[in-house]
Amino acid sequence: MSSETDRQLRSILADVLGLKPEHVAAFDAETGLFGHLPELDSMSVAGLLTEMEDRLGFIIDDDEVDGELLETYGSLLDFAEAKQRGVLGA
Amino acid sequence: MLATWPCPAPAGGASEEYALAFRQGRKHCLLVIPALFDEANRLRRLTVEVMRRLDAAGIDCVLPDLPGTNESLQSLSAMTLDDWTGAVLASGIYFKASHVLAIRGGCLLAPPELPGWHYAPVKGANLLRQMIRMRILSAREAGRDETQDGLMAQGAASGLELAGYSLNSQMLADLRAAVPPDEGHRVILQDTIGGSPLWLRAEPDEDRAQADALAAVVAMALTA
Repeated sequence: MSSETDRQLRSILADVLGLKPEHVAAFDAETGLFGHLPELDSMSVAGLLTEMEDRLGFIIDDDEVDGELLETYGSLLDFAEAKQRGVLGA
Repeated sequence: MLATWPCPAPAGGASEEYALAFRQGRKHCLLVIPALFDEANRLRRLTVEVMRRLDAAGIDCVLPDLPGTNESLQSLSAMTLDDWTGAVLASGIYFKASHVLAIRGGCLLAPPELPGWHYAPVKGANLLRQMIRMRILSAREAGRDETQDGLMAQGAASGLELAGYSLNSQMLADLRAAVPPDEGHRVILQDTIGGSPLWLRAEPDEDRAQADALAAVVAMALTA
């Protein structure tokens, strides 16, 4: 996990959740997000999704947002990379 | 510290509104236009910290309440974006502002007549999208299913409550169309200020280094 998308996604999480870069740098694919990070509540999810759209250059449909998406860092990164490849539509 | 100013009311006449003001009749007076809605709360501390630094640097500055927010007796649900633009202009004239510092959505309200700075300007449509998404997510937690299209249709017909703000259909339409002006001022990007953007935080926060950097951009230009 050292793609440009990975780097940007960590930076977005640090910015939106107010986490220290070293904390976010230690995330791996299994790191739990929603329900594990007290900073990540439903209000900050909205900010996270909007910031991903702005910086990663795709649109997230509200139907695509479910519990699995935010379960782990790996699932969120997979989603972002699939979005960028256009697999999940523009 | 607190001043009042006559604000044109939508129904005619004028209402009295408050402003946070550091005024000593100095050479420059900076009109500070706050961020909008939930971003206003997250950026209030930064905004006032910047004003304190500019005051210390010998620059008058004034932060007007937008009618319908903070201490205002006006009803927010009666306000349109044009009302706010008119209010900001009226406050600038009343306080004899020489320059403007507009923040985020505040850039949508900046009087084109005044030179100055726009910090991290944002389109009205982006603010709206973010607030609608917050509403959809919190509705989902409460077991209700709402959609962007459904909410926009409801908003066009009868207004919407977004992030706790009751917005009428005209305000929603105004926001959807509003884009920051692209000339007549200097844009300050977050990269210039450094640090992570405070308007993104779910909880209001502060950052002294960011306040220092933002104040320095304005102070260096006005006191050069």
